[in-house]
Amino acid sequence: MIERALQGNSKYWSWIFFLSGLIGIGFIAYIYQLSYGLGVTGMSRDVSWGVYIAQFTYLVGVAASAVMLVIPMYLHNYKKYGKVVIFGEFLAIAAVTMCMLFIIVDIGQPQRVLNVILHPTPNSILFWDMIVLNGYLLINIIVGWNTLLADKKDVPPAGWVKFFIYLSIPWAVSIHTVTAFLYAGLPGRHLWLTAIMAPRFLASAFASGPSLLILLLLLVKQFSKRFDPGYDAIQSLAKTVCYAMIINIFFLFMEFFTAYYSNIPGHIHGLEYLFFGMDGKDNLVPFMRVSLLFGFSGVAILLVPALRRNLKILAVACALIFMGTYIDKGVGLVIGGFVPNPFENITEYYPTLPELAITIAIWSIGALILTILYKIAISVRDEGEYLEHHGVEVEKSDEHHAIAHH
Amino acid sequence: MKNEKNERREFLKIAGLTTLLGLGGGAFDFLKPGQLDASSGHAEDSHDSHGGHGKEDKSKVRWAMTIDMRKVDGKVAQKAIEACHSFHNVPDMGNPKDEIKWLWTDSYHHAFTDAANEYIDDFLMNAPFLLLCNHCDSPPCVKVCPTKATYKRPDGIVAMDYHRCIGCRFCMAGCPYGSRSFNWREPREGLNGKTLNIEYPTRMRGVVEKCNFCAELVDKGQLPKCVTAVPDVLAFGNLNDPDSAVRQILRKRASIKRKPELGTKPSVFYLV
Repeated sequence: MIERALQGNSKYWSWIFFLSGLIGIGFIAYIYQLSYGLGVTGMSRDVSWGVYIAQFTYLVGVAASAVMLVIPMYLHNYKKYGKVVIFGEFLAIAAVTMCMLFIIVDIGQPQRVLNVILHPTPNSILFWDMIVLNGYLLINIIVGWNTLLADKKDVPPAGWVKFFIYLSIPWAVSIHTVTAFLYAGLPGRHLWLTAIMAPRFLASAFASGPSLLILLLLLVKQFSKRFDPGYDAIQSLAKTVCYAMIINIFFLFMEFFTAYYSNIPGHIHGLEYLFFGMDGKDNLVPFMRVSLLFGFSGVAILLVPALRRNLKILAVACALIFMGTYIDKGVGLVIGGFVPNPFENITEYYPTLPELAITIAIWSIGALILTILYKIAISVRDEGEYLEHHGVEVEKSDEHHAIAHH
Repeated sequence: MKNEKNERREFLKIAGLTTLLGLGGGAFDFLKPGQLDASSGHAEDSHDSHGGHGKEDKSKVRWAMTIDMRKVDGKVAQKAIEACHSFHNVPDMGNPKDEIKWLWTDSYHHAFTDAANEYIDDFLMNAPFLLLCNHCDSPPCVKVCPTKATYKRPDGIVAMDYHRCIGCRFCMAGCPYGSRSFNWREPREGLNGKTLNIEYPTRMRGVVEKCNFCAELVDKGQLPKCVTAVPDVLAFGNLNDPDSAVRQILRKRASIKRKPELGTKPSVFYLV
């Protein structure tokens, strides 16, 4: 099947070369970082994690969100997701790969990274994060590839694949829970020290991941000649996004209530810095407010059925929610946890050019993986539907038939 | 004054013999046979060999430090910092972003963020509080480290293995005291023009470092460098031994610890 990634029109190849260019620039920046040290980034003694770890955290959520397709499809037999579930799984593969790359580039001594396995330390949450992320990647490769192979041959996936499909459900929850535990168990970092960190991570993940998936599916529909994800599938996903985003905003409100009503300074500081600024330092304030605005307006659009059914407006809502949650979790949460520092000093963080180049390169690697996987998936689907349209006799499973014409 | 000097001698004697015999904390029992009986009862019901806070068992060493804030001024602090940083080849990176420090000072309000008393006396309000790794009894940095590169020794010292550290900086996020520094770039650049101490390794970039209570000196029966530099201000000893220098001081003087509510049990006590 992989050969299908090597056949494409000039648009496809321009996109591939464009991504490769960005990856190349980032690679040069990474060589620079390796030779000089992490001092090329904006990170400091006070803000010791920056955009790398923030992207990692956000993308774990995107990866976990595949479960929002797998549950309806495989536990509730919601067949309208039959055509799109593979795109969710492939998105998970790309997202987890990016997560791992973001960890690698954040590490000061990357050549020692295997020490995590050589000296396993179960009391460190990072150890468990390594296990669940690698496991999730493997599960999604197994499931994604096998369901696609089965699709190509027009047979239902092999029985043993079902086991991994079911396993992927709790596993998806685990990756984001464990990632939340990286933060939620640290004494003295008040913004992170909250029991609803994991639930909030999951809520924002189930809003951001499916909203990205809707955008991707609409794009795929544009580019593919015959592939249509199905109107109902898109609408169901939109409802998932809407519910999850409302819960996410509700959780944020709970954080505000607990901090401000209890009036405990440490609990207020993180939120105060992020949303109002402290001691005249307010770099992130505009971002965080825009994030709130995006979140609220995205939900407002999705709540009105007439707006949600218009695919163009739906795309706008999804973009708003994707960006809103990105700012909230991919920028504010990680950096906000370090401000103020343990001495209640405020050190602000500015990502540097090399840091951004490396970040963009990893997103480009993710996009490249996604492009290739989606290209293969679309080619297989297109072919199937082509045969069908031309009345070629093919043996089909009932499942596939039900969704083929929509 | 005289008493404190004697205590120092006592410490040196004990610590030296301890290492000589290669017996760790157990040597205390040999040294003071008279007290062996008194402590043997405790030894039976504590089955781990670790000393810990609140365990009245002098056969188990738990190193701690007291800092007499009534005697600290800028000069004293500088002397201690200089002794520490030159001995451990701590680089001066020249900017706060890349800063590396093992021992430094900050104001009362910054050191004791959660115990802010606006009306504390003027002396303490303006005193430079010496800050360092607290060598917590329950260190969050050790808990979060994914490679055991930072670990707690049986005598309570929280140490670092610079060759195992992968530089993930989880320990920096975990430490509630801001005690850890990361080598964002080549640390030797910050040592230019300084005499290197060949007894202690310089670090490489990409690893975390912090105060180690001079574990390498303690193992040789010597006091930490900062304590030797300002012996009237700093004291070092076994927290589990009711007769140790630190315990005698703590019995007499009012002391505070940083962020006690977090349950980390710091081993650095500020006499106020």
